[in-house]
Amino acid sequence: MGWIVDLYLPIAEMSVNALVIIGLGALVGFLSGMFGVGGGFLTTPLLIFYGIPPAIAVASSATQVTGSSVSGAYSYFRRGQVDVKMGAVLVAGGLMGSVLGSFLFRWLKSLGQIDVTIGLIYVLFLGTVGGLMLKEALATLKAQRAGQAPPRRGRRHHPLVAALPMKMRFPRSGIYISPLAPFLVGAGVGILTVIMGVGGGFIMVPAMLYLLGMAAGVVVGTSLFQILFVTAAATLLHATQSQTVDILLAALLLIGGVAGAQLGARAAMRLPPEKLRLFLALLVLAVAVRLAIGLTWTPKELFSIQTALA
Amino acid sequence: MRWLAALLLLFAGAAQAQQPRLVTDLSQSRIDISYRFAGAELLIFGAIQYPGGVVPSEPPGIAVILRGPVEPITVRKKARIAGIWVNTEALRFESAPGYYAVATTKPVRDLLDERNAAIYEIGLRHLQLSPATAADAETTGRFQEGLVKLRVSEGLFVEQPYGVQVTDRILYRARLPIPSAVPVGNYQAEIYLISDGRVRARSTAPVIIDKTGFERSLYVFAQDHGFLYGLFAVALAVAMGVAAGQIGRRA
Repeated sequence: MGWIVDLYLPIAEMSVNALVIIGLGALVGFLSGMFGVGGGFLTTPLLIFYGIPPAIAVASSATQVTGSSVSGAYSYFRRGQVDVKMGAVLVAGGLMGSVLGSFLFRWLKSLGQIDVTIGLIYVLFLGTVGGLMLKEALATLKAQRAGQAPPRRGRRHHPLVAALPMKMRFPRSGIYISPLAPFLVGAGVGILTVIMGVGGGFIMVPAMLYLLGMAAGVVVGTSLFQILFVTAAATLLHATQSQTVDILLAALLLIGGVAGAQLGARAAMRLPPEKLRLFLALLVLAVAVRLAIGLTWTPKELFSIQTALA
Repeated sequence: MRWLAALLLLFAGAAQAQQPRLVTDLSQSRIDISYRFAGAELLIFGAIQYPGGVVPSEPPGIAVILRGPVEPITVRKKARIAGIWVNTEALRFESAPGYYAVATTKPVRDLLDERNAAIYEIGLRHLQLSPATAADAETTGRFQEGLVKLRVSEGLFVEQPYGVQVTDRILYRARLPIPSAVPVGNYQAEIYLISDGRVRARSTAPVIIDKTGFERSLYVFAQDHGFLYGLFAVALAVAMGVAAGQIGRRA
């Protein structure tokens, strides 16, 4: 039986159990179909945990996110739920961010601090976003129990954003702000895409809602639009600079992810949205806690080997 | 002068005839890595030819080594800073083999003294890794130990103290395990005949480990045409995503 599932990955230069990788993709796909997130923030740590070299895990996960976001981006686009003008600014920022990120990545790698940096960024972002989501989900549930309408947050952008010059109209998003603000948001997410192999939706969506104050109807579609282009750019950067994209690995993840996403979307229909948000918040926090433990507990092996880099 | 040369040759021949010789063969001189590759085992076997066919009473000592291509590596060590484990120390080794396996008839220290083991690099403790950074012997030793331990846990460094079987004091064989994460390149199998703490005969055989077929083409394509490979990866991901969307809509 072994030869049916053991598959040698030519770029990662190791043999993996294809069923495990497909299953991993399916698990992430299920969660992403259920919660409407890309799932890159789960794929990269899980692949590294399985034993895939971190650089390969990051690059191939970005490729997988491209594939898993394309269908969603297209269906939001057809329904007119993508602000293309805003999306273009975010993509432009994302492209700059991804180039910046690739330099940052190489610099940190030469210092030997890339893994700990990735870990810290994950804990910081997932912890913050998960905590905020949990707080909001619990407040909503509490309000519902008490029989009140959920508290509505006023849609207004952050005062810092309002202070930026060269304001521009984004009719689809219903805002009048400086394009610098979404450009910087896109750039920040682009850096994360290259360094961590994530789409960055879990940061971009809150930023669009609470920082930029965009209309809720176009937020998810526009975020997917940015993710599609920026993860594709990240794939190209990794492929040209470090040859770390493993097509077979990405394809296996996608095969699993496709099936998982369908099931996840169906499961999501049975659950009320407040509960879904609560579960997502708990999941995000669980990943953050797991990674924080990894950073602070005494590792089994204090030594590590880095090859091929001067 | 010609007779002198002839005499020398004769002496050389006689001297050689008094030394035992090793005859070696391998189960395969080329290991192909294809999509099914999940590691392999190399059988190294052969015979000892004793001068005059006289088999000694002492059982012979044999060391069988398979050595992979060397490359420069950096070994890092973590330390706790503000509660978080961060790489703090680093030491560069200029010539670390990506793979090294040694099988012997008995533990290396019972076969050879330190000096001879170091000369022929027999045993994990005796690898010459050429530490590049100016570091004291104690630090170098610590890092080398850390490196060896890591590589052993990955199956890339192997030491089998009783891994060589000898039949009738003439035939020898050893099986060396090769993990799936083995680096590709030109390998060398080395066999040493050891008695009284000294190497009496040596024989070598080349082994090539390389990717083959689709795996090789894909790897070469990724190395030589990174941008095109990237475009191909994006196109494949998009195609799979679109197909998935179509299936999902129909279902």
